[in-house]
Order: sequence, then C-alpha cells, then structure tokens
Amino acid sequence: MFDFLNNPDYDLVGAFWTTIQLTFWSAIGSLIWGTLLAGMRVSPVPLMRAFGTTYVNIFRNTPLTVVILFTSLGLSSTLGIQLASSSSPTSLADNSFRLAILGFIVYTSTFVCESLRAGINTVPVGQAEAARALGLSFTQVLRLIVLPQAFRSVIAPLANVLIALLKNTTVAAVIGVGEAALLMSTMIENESDSLFLVFALFAVIFAALVLPLGLLLGWVAKKVEVKR
Amino acid sequence: MSTSSVLYDAPGPKAKARNVLYSILFVIALLAVAYFVYAGFDKKGQWAPALWKPFIEGSTWTQFLLPGLLKTIEAAALAIVIALPVGALLGIGRLSEHRWIRVPASTIVEFFRAIPVLMLMVFAAELYAYYTDISSDTRPLFAAVTGLVLYNGSVLAEVFRSGILALPKGQNEAASALGLRKTQVMTSILLPQAVTLMLPAIVSQLVVVLKDTALAGQLTIGYTELIRTSGTITANFSNTIPTLIVVAILYIVLNLILTSFASWLEARLSRRRKSPKETPRGAQAPEPVHIATDLDVGRAV
Amino acid sequence: MWSRILRAGAAVAALSLALTACGGGGGSSSSANLADKAKNDKKLTIGIKFDQPGLGLKQPNGTYAGFDVDVAKYIAKQLGVDESGITWKEAQSAQREDLIKKGEVDFIVATYSITDKRKNEVSFGGPYFIAHQDLLVRSDDTSITGPESLTGNKKLCSVKGSTPAQNVKDKYAKEVQLLERATYSQCITSLLNGEVDAVTTDDIILAGYALQQPDKLKVVGKGFSDENYGVGLKKDDTQGRTAINDAIQKMEQDGTWAASLKTNLGQAKYSLPTTPPAIAP
Repeated sequence: MFDFLNNPDYDLVGAFWTTIQLTFWSAIGSLIWGTLLAGMRVSPVPLMRAFGTTYVNIFRNTPLTVVILFTSLGLSSTLGIQLASSSSPTSLADNSFRLAILGFIVYTSTFVCESLRAGINTVPVGQAEAARALGLSFTQVLRLIVLPQAFRSVIAPLANVLIALLKNTTVAAVIGVGEAALLMSTMIENESDSLFLVFALFAVIFAALVLPLGLLLGWVAKKVEVKR
Repeated sequence: MSTSSVLYDAPGPKAKARNVLYSILFVIALLAVAYFVYAGFDKKGQWAPALWKPFIEGSTWTQFLLPGLLKTIEAAALAIVIALPVGALLGIGRLSEHRWIRVPASTIVEFFRAIPVLMLMVFAAELYAYYTDISSDTRPLFAAVTGLVLYNGSVLAEVFRSGILALPKGQNEAASALGLRKTQVMTSILLPQAVTLMLPAIVSQLVVVLKDTALAGQLTIGYTELIRTSGTITANFSNTIPTLIVVAILYIVLNLILTSFASWLEARLSRRRKSPKETPRGAQAPEPVHIATDLDVGRAV
Repeated sequence: MWSRILRAGAAVAALSLALTACGGGGGSSSSANLADKAKNDKKLTIGIKFDQPGLGLKQPNGTYAGFDVDVAKYIAKQLGVDESGITWKEAQSAQREDLIKKGEVDFIVATYSITDKRKNEVSFGGPYFIAHQDLLVRSDDTSITGPESLTGNKKLCSVKGSTPAQNVKDKYAKEVQLLERATYSQCITSLLNGEVDAVTTDDIILAGYALQQPDKLKVVGKGFSDENYGVGLKKDDTQGRTAINDAIQKMEQDGTWAASLKTNLGQAKYSLPTTPPAIAP
C-alpha cells in the first residue's frame, strides 16, 4: 500500500526534518526580533514607537507568500545578499533555506510583538510604578520587571504563534525549499493513484507534530501563569 | 496597565536630550538600511522608468492586476461566507451535550487546525482534478475555497465557541427558565448576542483568509489570483521586482482597510455595550466583554 | 436573527458557487470530430500558454501573441474558424491532458512535447516544431558553451517539477546545483543578477526571453535533446488529427510557418531552424 515510500526520491524524513529546522530557527529569530519590536513600541523614543507600529502594520498585512518571494527575488537575486558561501557545493539550497528563515522571522515577529504587547498590558500598573520608584531606567523596568511577567502571561498566545509558524513553513515551498509541502506536491503529482494515502500520510505527520506541541505548551502556560 | 507611559518617567531635560540622541541614531540606522536597499536596486536598474511605466498604464490594471485582485477577493469572500456557517455548526457542536456530536466536531476542528492550508489546497486541487468533472476554470477556485473553508471554519468554530461561553450565564438560565428548548435558547438567545460580540473577530479572520488566498496561485493549485496574474506582467515587461512591490502594496492597503474596519467595529460595539446611564455609585461599571480575536491571540498568523 | 443570517449566508454561498460553476466551461461535449465541429459551430476553444514570451503571451492590450498562437490561429482558419470565433484558454503545463480529456478545449498548442506517456491519454498532431533543450546564459559569459561545460560548481535554474534541469544534472554535470523557481521569469531575474549561471529548458522558450533583453542574454545553441512539439487533441480523433496535420503542412509550405517564427523570435540571438519538421505518420 505504501509502495511509493520505497522510492529513494521521496525523502519523507528529510523533508519533515527541514520543516522542523525551519520552524526552530525561525521561532528563535522571531522571538528575539519580536521582543525588540515590542520594546520599541512601548519605548520613550517616539521615533522608535512609530517605526515599530509601521513595521507591524506593514508586515502583518502582507501575505507570507509575498514576503518569502521578496526575500528570494529581492534580497538574494537583486540585492545580492547571499546567506551561504557561493563556493559551497550546496550554496543554492542553503541560501534558499536561510532566506526562508529570514522571511519567516520578518513576518512572524509582528505577531510575537503584538502578543507581547498585549502581555505587557496585563502586568499591573503598580509593578512598573514600584520599579520606577526604585529608580530603574526604562530598559531595566522592561527587562527586569515587566517583560518576565508579560512573557509568563502570553505563553498561550505565543504557543499559537509557534504552531502557526510550524504550519507556515510550508510556504517555503514557493522558493523551492525542499520541505514537507513541496514533497507532498511532488508525490501527489507522481502518485495520483495514491492521492488519499499521500495526503493522509502528510496530514497525520503534521497533526502529530502540532497537537502534542499545543498540549505541551498549554500545560507550560498553565504552570507558569501568574496567579492574580 | 493601560498606557505604556507608566513604563518610564516623564522625561526631564537630560532624558529628553538622550531621547533626541537615540532618535538621531535610529534615524541614521534606518536611513542607512533604506539607502542600501535603494542603491542596491538602483545598481541593478530596478528603478528604471521602463520597468515602472506599465503600472501607470490603464491596460496593465484592466488586463492583469484588477482581474487578479478580483479573483483574490472572490476566493476570500466565498471562503468566509461558507466558513461562517460551517464554523458556527462546528462551534455549537463542540458545546453539545451529546458525546456523539461533541467528539466528532472537536476532532474535525483540531485536525484541520493542525494542517497547513497550502497542503489542504494542493490536496483539494488534485482531488477535484481526478474525481470530479468541475470545469478547469473553476476547479482552482474550488480547491482554494475548500482549503480556506476547512481551516478557517475550524478557527471560526473556536471563535463561536468562545463567543457563546463569554456570555453571562444568566442569559442561558433565564431563557431555560422561560421554558425555551435548548435549540431555541441557542438560536434566539445565545447566538444573536454572541455574533455581535464576535463581529470584530470575524472581520479579523477575513484578513487571514485574504492573505491565505495568495497560496492558491502556487505549486499545482493554479488559481489565477493576484500573485499569479502578476506573473504575466513580468513575462511581458521583465520587471519582477517592481511588480512584486506593487502587488505587496495592493495587499497591504486592502488588509489595512479591513484591519481598521475591525478595530472601528470593535470600538463601536464595545461603546454600545457600555451602559448608557451612569452606573450606581460604588458599583463597578460592567467590564466590556472582549472576544479575543485571532489577531490578539496571535493565531492569525 | 441568527437563523436569518444563516439562511442568507447559505443562499449566498450556494448562489455564488452555482454562478461561478456556470460561468466557466465553454467546452463542448459533442462527440463529433474536431473538423466537423469547427465547420458546424464556427467556434473553437484553444489552449495556449499565457505567460511565455515569443510563444504564447497575453499582452496588456488583451490580445495574444507568439508562435504557438500563430500556429493555433492558422489551424483554426484551415478548419473554417475565424479569429473572432476562437476562445483562448490558459493551458498550464500540468493541466494539459486534463483539459483535452474533459473536452474543455478543442486542441492545445502550448509547447506541448509529444511523449509516449502523454500519447496514452491524448492524440498529437504535428510535430510542428522540434525544440532542443538548451541553456540561456548572460551575454558576456563565455565559460558555458554547452552542457558539458557546466563544471566547477555551476548553478542552474529551472522551473519546479520540470524534467529539463534534472536531465542536465543526471546526464552531464553531477555537481551542478539546481535552483527551482515557480516561473521562468523568476529564473531570468536570478540569471541577470548572477545568482545562477544558466537557465535551462527548451531553446525556443529560452529564445523568447533572450529576445526581451537581447543585449544581456543569449541562448548557447548547443541543443542536447529533441522535443517534438505537437498539437494535442482528443485521443482517437483521427479525422481531427488529419485535419490538423494538413493545416500544419500547409502552413509550412506557404511560408507562414517560417514567417511567424521570424516575426516572433527572429531577433533573438539564436539561430532558428529554417526547415520545418516532418509530420509524424
């Protein structure tokens, strides 16, 4: 029934491993850049606030497909930003892979930023006031007092962002990164007799990645939630 | 913490000077990036008028961009119109007292929320090509809408569910006390109120749908939405980058309009819900009920 | 209120689906052969490419231009159908067999290579052109002279799911790197900016792109495979196939074939074949 899996061209494990790697690096990058953006959006410098707002409004409203295409055709092809040494024998694949991560970070960080900003709003005013009364500066207030509490209250929304990111990595297929969706598309085309099997296979693996992740993070969110 | 200004003191003269300095440094950094992009594109001749001229000609718009945009909107509109009832049924199904309704509804919602829309679309496209006689003109649209409905229907199911759960318990109890049957309680008491609460969330979901239509032109799905039709512009004028920029702007403008509409709607609805007369002294004003839109919880990614 | 919304929503959904379903599909379901059908209806639906410069390109003024388009128009005319009676339909590569089998187009002229696998599903008239897989490079690049010269970590671009790129990799240059893009236009962007060293597919397709930027791009001109472009039509429509073959033959003999090739692709830095291929028996 699963004869087609014996075809060496169908590297199922490799494709899903790429998906996981894409998610992992994009998640870390988005978390860092998203936190910085959130910091900018609540900062005392009006210009940074304006930049944060504009950035979020632009990239949250652009389809991810366009963002990813732009990293490949704009940044890489036209501006010549190569993220892999061009002498390497796998430079094209590495470059596309890294560009995709960059695109995911650019896009996903806006959602991290917005979740975090909502989290900052849940921290009681007294916390920041007390911190300021102690003479802490803005960055200290944010870093030591507000953000740690904000993070704990937004684990659940951030988990949703992570799950969305995991699913969104399939968009990397449009610039030819060999992840799960690209492989599925190829397999469906070649094995049209096994259409349902192929889809079921990919769907189940994806569900097997997403559902436990959701449960795990839901549990973590409950654990670390600030009781008020 | 309602305003961010509690995070820092009102700037004194020294802090003001520092903020100005930061602003200047920040502007310089931004300008450097902007210049890098500008110069990089300039070096490759991407600002050449010949590449941009097509976009000030009406024919480019009437032949390619507007039809593409229309198709994008068509798929998004169809998807949301179908996903709403589907989502309502699934959402109510999850709240059902009967296990045999609750469990399948939950399974469907959880399953389709876990599968990438792109995969759903690719599968649907192939499914319709092999097993149906739907004309090839509409098949990609069906595939796109199917993928969007399965995913967004599941997401909306959760919106509906939380909307109903967010209503004060008294509504349900009072209606039951009046002798209404369960379906009557749902259809005439709970849902009408929940829908009003959920409207902003639904409009926000429309942004997600609109962005996801961009997937329908990719891989083997072949729906001639905006990105795909813009490929024909590129084939005519070899202006990949300018076309991509114009397409991005179109999406951003469209989505910004929708997002502002959602915020406006939310503000308006929450204003209406606040009691018009002054609340009795000492009593707390009722907290405005806010359904977490997908944008709030970050699911709208 | 709720049931009203529900009802309205369902009605809108059903209506719009019904409308779009009716709106499409100009295909005929008559079982008559192509020649008779064309004679009786004075109408044809023809599948072409919409985004292939020099072959089948939808232009901003709404008309279609290219060599494939000319061939299609000529055949239609021989079958007794004027240009005004032609409905053009986009035939994306992956959907061509399907379009023919379901009768949504009467025939297809869209860089359609005759292969045994496809012959199981559709019939082919022609060939009307023999293309060769080739390489498109930057004009100033002298290091690439053919598939054998793709050594030293050269980078190649082609379209996702297409066989040409894999061909080169398998047959000539194991160490060549492949970039898979969604369209050839995107490949050209990569090529012009030096991200890849060559784009590979059929020479006539490449020539169409080279023509758009003649000072920057050239076709290498060392074809290394034969692709017989045929006119796809319903399987076992022998009469229709004969009619198409007659039309192609006439087009080749009266000079229209060469003239069309020259107007559409003549300026490309690529030597066009002067003699048309022989029609397959």
